[in-house]
Order: sequence, then C-alpha cells, then structure tokens
Amino acid sequence: MTNDGDVRKDEGMVRQKALMASHAARLREAHGAGKKVVATFVPGNLTELLLSFDVVPSYPEIHALQAGMRRASDGYIREAERAGHAEDVCSYVKSDVGMALSGAVGEGGDRLPAPDLLLLSFTGCATFFKWFENLRRQHGAPIAMLQVPYQADGAITDEMRGYVVRQLERDVIPALERLTGRRYDEERLREHLRRSREAEDHLVAVLESARARPSPIDAYFGAVYYVGPIFSAFRGTEEAVTYYRELRAEVEERTRLHQGPITPDGPLKSERYRLVAEGTPCWTSFRDMWKMFADEGAVIVASTYSKVGGLYDRGFRHDPDRPLESLAEYCLGCYTNLSLPTRLDLLERYVKEYDADGFVVHSVKSCKAFGAGQVVLLRELERRTGKPGCFLESDLVDSRYFSHAHFRNRLESYLQALAISRRGIA
Amino acid sequence: MNGYLGIDLGSTTTKAVYVDGAGNVLGRGITDTRANFEAASAVARAEALADARFKLLATMLDGASALAGQARLLHRRSERRARLERLERRSLDLAAGAGDDASNLRAAVEQLFAELSRRTASAPAEALFADALLSEAAGIAEGASLVSSVPYERLAGIFERALVADDADATTLDPAAAIASLATGTAPETVQRAVDRCLAEPLAVDAQAGTGYGRHRLPFAKEEIRSEILCHGLGCKSTFSRTRTVLDIGGQDTKAIQLDERGLVTSFQMNDRCAAGCGRYLGYVADELGLDLSALGPMAMASHRPARINSTCTVFAGTEIRERLALGELREDVVAGLHRAIVVRAMSLLARSGGVANELTFSGGVGRNPAVVKFLRELVAEHYGNVTINVSAESIYAGALGAALFARLERVPC
Repeated sequence: MTNDGDVRKDEGMVRQKALMASHAARLREAHGAGKKVVATFVPGNLTELLLSFDVVPSYPEIHALQAGMRRASDGYIREAERAGHAEDVCSYVKSDVGMALSGAVGEGGDRLPAPDLLLLSFTGCATFFKWFENLRRQHGAPIAMLQVPYQADGAITDEMRGYVVRQLERDVIPALERLTGRRYDEERLREHLRRSREAEDHLVAVLESARARPSPIDAYFGAVYYVGPIFSAFRGTEEAVTYYRELRAEVEERTRLHQGPITPDGPLKSERYRLVAEGTPCWTSFRDMWKMFADEGAVIVASTYSKVGGLYDRGFRHDPDRPLESLAEYCLGCYTNLSLPTRLDLLERYVKEYDADGFVVHSVKSCKAFGAGQVVLLRELERRTGKPGCFLESDLVDSRYFSHAHFRNRLESYLQALAISRRGIA
Repeated sequence: MNGYLGIDLGSTTTKAVYVDGAGNVLGRGITDTRANFEAASAVARAEALADARFKLLATMLDGASALAGQARLLHRRSERRARLERLERRSLDLAAGAGDDASNLRAAVEQLFAELSRRTASAPAEALFADALLSEAAGIAEGASLVSSVPYERLAGIFERALVADDADATTLDPAAAIASLATGTAPETVQRAVDRCLAEPLAVDAQAGTGYGRHRLPFAKEEIRSEILCHGLGCKSTFSRTRTVLDIGGQDTKAIQLDERGLVTSFQMNDRCAAGCGRYLGYVADELGLDLSALGPMAMASHRPARINSTCTVFAGTEIRERLALGELREDVVAGLHRAIVVRAMSLLARSGGVANELTFSGGVGRNPAVVKFLRELVAEHYGNVTINVSAESIYAGALGAALFARLERVPC
C-alpha cells in the first residue's frame, strides 16, 4: 500500500495534487524559461514577495515530505549518513541532502533545479540555519537571511515587527533585486496580498467547519492536503483563491449533508471520537497512521500542524495596505515561532471550541522545534481541559522510527480507555 | 459456577485467569508462548481451569486439603509423561529418517528420554516450559555424546526439532482422572463425596477477553480484545485495591499507568523503544557476566556501595561493566549500580506519566528481583515521600486478571 496512491481522496485533495504537480512543472521549467529559483521554508515564507519578483519558489521541506510519502526518503537518509550526517540530524535535512547526492530527482521524476538564492527565513527552527549553510556549500548560491524573533513573551512588539521589516527592506528585497535585475514592485506585492487575504478567508471557513458534528473534514490527515497550496507557491495567486473557494463550497456541502470526511478507505461511516492533534505527521507511514485513526472512527477536529504556515484561524490575514508589516507579522506568527504557553493556550482553545473528547501529541524524533516541551504540553493540557491525552512517537521521514505495533498499541489503548470512561463501568 | 476468563498473550509467557461472578480469582494458568498463539492460549486456558478444579477440591476437602495437592502432583506428572511420550515419538521419527546412523540414533534418543523421564519424575507441580526441557535435554545429550558415537549436535538437534514440531500441540489432560483417583475404595466417605461434588461442578466460561501483544491473533471476537494497558491497570487494582499508579517492567517494555478510583486508566506512558529500561537489560547483563538471571538480584543485594552507571544504552553498558571490573570495582557494586540504573529510567517514565500517586503497585517479571524493588522503594521515597509500594509474586497474572474482570464487567449490566 502506498501512502498516497492508494488513498481514497475527496475532490479537494485531487485538485490539490494537480496544483502541486503544476508547481513541480514550473520548477522544472524555471531555468529554461529564464526564471530564477529561490529556495525557502514553509514557516515564515514570503511567497507573495517572491511572486512579485517573478521567481519560482522551491521548498526543500516539501520535497522531503514528498520523498517520505513515496518512500524514497529512507534511501536518501542513508546516503546522507554515509556522507557524514549524524543520526540525530533532522530527517528532512538528511532526505534533502541525500536526494541531492542521488541526482536531485523530485516528485515528478525530473531533476530539481539548483536554487539561485537561498532565502533563509529563520522562524523557530535552528536547524534551518545549518540546512541552508549546507545548501550554500553544495550549490554556491548566496543566502538572504531573515531573522524572525521568537515570540518568547507571547506577543508581537513594534520593535520585533520593525526589526523584520528593516531586514526585508535592507537585505531581502535588495537580494531579490540583484538576483532578478528587477525593481521591487510594491503594487504587485499588494495585488498578491489581496488574493492571499481572500484565500485565507476561505481556508479558515474550511478549518472551522470541523466544529460541526460530524466534522466534514479531518483537520490533520485531510488538512495536510488542504494547506499545501497556501503554505507554498500558491498563496497570493488567483489559482489559490479558486482552489479555496471551491474547497469551501465542497466542505459546506458535506456539512449540509452531515457527511464525515474521506478516509484512506472511503468516506467515514461513523464519527466516534473527536480529537485535537499536536505535532507533525509521519510521512513515511502516512496512510498507515491515518487508517489507525479512521478505523476506530477517530476524527481530528483541530490540529497545530495545519498552522505551521500561519495562524489564520486566530485572525491573521495578509494585508495589502500594510505589505511589509503584514509579511513580518505573518513570519512572527507561525506556529513554531510561538512560545510554549501560547501553544498551550491555543491547544486548550481547540479542545474546547471544537468539542474534543481528547487529544494526541505526536512527537517526532527529528523535530526539536515541535518536540521540546511536548510532554509538558500533554500534562498541562490534561490538567486544564480535564480531557485525556495520548502520546505517540515516530518520525517525519525516517521509517526506522515508526513501529506499527507499538504505535497502534498506544493509540488503541488510549481510545479504549476513552470509550470505557465514556460508557462508565459497574 | 459462573466464570469469566482472561487470557494475556505475552512475548515470553501466556497467562490465563478464571474469576467468578464476584470477580474473585478461582484459577490461574501459565504456559510458555509458542509460535502458535492458538495453542498457547488453549493451554493457558486449560491450566487455569485445572487450577480452579484443584482449588475447588481443596475447599471441598476442607481439613484434608493435602490430598488436593497430591492429586495436582499426580495430574502434572501424568501430563509430563504424556508430553515426553509425544516428544519421544517425534524424536524417534526424526531419528528413523537419519540414514545409515538411524539405529544408533534411535538408541541414543531412547536413552535420552529415559534419563529425562527419570529426572523430571520428581519435579514439582509447576508447568515445565520448553526452554527448561531443552536445557535439561541438552545437558543429557552432552553427557551421552562423551560415551557414545552419537555427536551432541545430532542428538540435541533432534530433540529441539521435536520440540518445535510439538509447539502447536495444545493437548492437555483432564484433571478429572487425577481427582477421581483419590476416591479409591479405601478412601473415607468425606473424600469420596468431595471428589464427586468437585467433578460434578461445571466450570462455565460465560464471557472471555484477550489481551497482550499477540491479542489480535487470539481466536476471539474483536469486542473481546482489550489493550494490556487497561487490563494491567484493572488487574493491579483488583489485587491491591488502593492502587493509583502502576509500574510494570516487563521483558520487552515498561509501562507507567495512572488509574482513577475505579481502576480505569487516566493516562499512561510507554517505554517500548529502549531495552535499557526493560527487563531485557538485566538479561543482557546476566549474559555479559555469565550468570543466571535469577542470581543477579541477590548479588546486587550484597552490595554496600552501588556504582553509578552512566551508560544510557544496554549495548554500551557491557563496555562499562567490563571497564569497571577491570579497574577493580566489586562485582556486586557494579551489578547493584545496573539495577539502580533501570529504576532511574523507570522513575523518568513515571514522572512523564504524571508522577507516583499513593499507592504504587509494581508488577511485571522484573518485580521478582529484590534489588530492583529495593531501589524502587528508595527512589520513590526520595522523590515522592511516603508512598505505599505493593509488590506481589502474583503480579505476572495482572494482565490476564484484568482481562477476566473486563469480561465480567462488560457482561454484567450496569
């Protein structure tokens, strides 16, 4: 069983795949079409700015997760370890390094172009530094650095915003101008941001549809498909506006018909448990993990992973009237840039607002940005909500860390305990 | 008599517990887990029901309960004889197919089994597991190879293959024969009556539940399968009614479980990833030191100054052991340090699961190790103060007991 090929999909997922494939084609043809390629990260991405310069964005994280889904990442990781990368290095990095060492063949089977610029937006993940330092060594491409201050005190200050805006003005935009030979076009940027805002409104409606009983979406397994376009090369495009408008209509229809979400084996027959999910997915065993939940009628009604590219559901919108300021706020507000207390508050609100029976914390070996403090989150969230949590462990794209039997044992035990405590006992 | 059965299919042993309508334990059975899970669960079930039958007899015999023990011993010996006969038949078949050496081999096999029967004839009433039998047979084969032309490997190899082939055999004897044998013509009437009453009592299984890692392979309906975390929690609570935290250190995993006042799980943490926090660690240490696993605890208890062991990894602990011994540290101090290390990891798991609430019940095979218990008491007192810690030799049955209790609870209308 593959992770994606054998998964039954709803229309939103099918359209998403087509969109992502179109971007892969654009990437492949970029240099041939005389366009520059800029590598960057999902958290804190500046897609609208890149589009305004007519460059093609490239997302190594997305390449890594795609490699995981098609089960190529294990081989890449081995290559990277043979080249000297340590075991505890993030598996996204090793997959990317190994993929490059193996000929840089991406999703569609074509060679990925070498980046012309590395836009290092540092939002809450220190590994990004070393990753791009490696890529600079590998490709000789320059780095344009955007240092995004961590929201340690749970709020964005004027100083923090100003600091990011100044870097955009002094470092990032000039780097893009040098790269492309074009001037910064603020009007174009505003246009993209206008479209971003519209798409974001639709996305939030989709995410919030999970408040319904039954939820028409799975806000974790399904949502990773839905957020794909907006977290990557499509935010700010007309295609994204269309995509999210259509997705919203599809989801609203399912809500009207009281239909549950799609699962790998078809539409969910019965919603038995509503859960909130904290943590990244496991890409190499994506279908397996999803099925474990779906088989038990467990639906994720809210997740934090679907916010790594922005907390739109808490009110943030890109703002064409404040272009650089709102880009700064976007970067500052990504999930992995939030303090632990803020993450905890968010999770608590999700459990309550989405009427969840409990929550799962999926901790992955690779990711310290997510992982640090997850046990504290678990204990505190249980205390605050009175709802039980389940602690699951695996990894992003290194399948050596996913043990089906142990994973399933923990999840099953948790759901059985939930069921029994709901039923009561003589 | 109404009854409910729980079966815990573990990695090393399979346990069964039979309880009555009030949840009291009537019988327990244990066998070694085989490749054939159906056979293992059938044997465990038969053992539990036989145990119940003998306990019933003991109750009915009132003052003459030594007779029940006698019947049990007789039963066990009959079973053992039957098993050895079966193994001998299989071994002879294997020897017959051995080509030109067949007649020598046959003779060697017959001698081996004669010696094995002699040695096990006076063994106690517990079940004899395959590895113990193999160990005994290997010893005999080694001796035999010194005085005959049959090489050790051939003879021991035949026995091992016979054992493997016998793996799926779930034949058990009905204890009725052994019990009935007490009611001889010269037996007092009270005994005759007790035997009749005992044998007439039906041991019904009104509902059953299965648990353990192999649970999905049990021949049970899906609704009858329960997670071993839940079963363990409920089982420990049943034995020690004020249990709120359970620590279970097994051979291959460690669990820290928090319970509510009903014995239902509120949270748990598993170490199912690292051998250094499980019984496997001690097994490795025993191998490294060339000791029997059962000798480790007593050796550790003899230490006055446990070493601080630094390795986080079972594999690297071996290096550290050798280094320390080479530097002149006492074996008992090093071994004590290793025991302390496994408890330190358990404390970390307990902390992650929510801490240690009063009372803590310590279960799992490792609970039989006195040094582990000692360090657990010390470290719990140090970090959590005055907490009652329950340890019981019966705790290996906690999972099966919990499963039986779930079978009972789910059947009893609320």
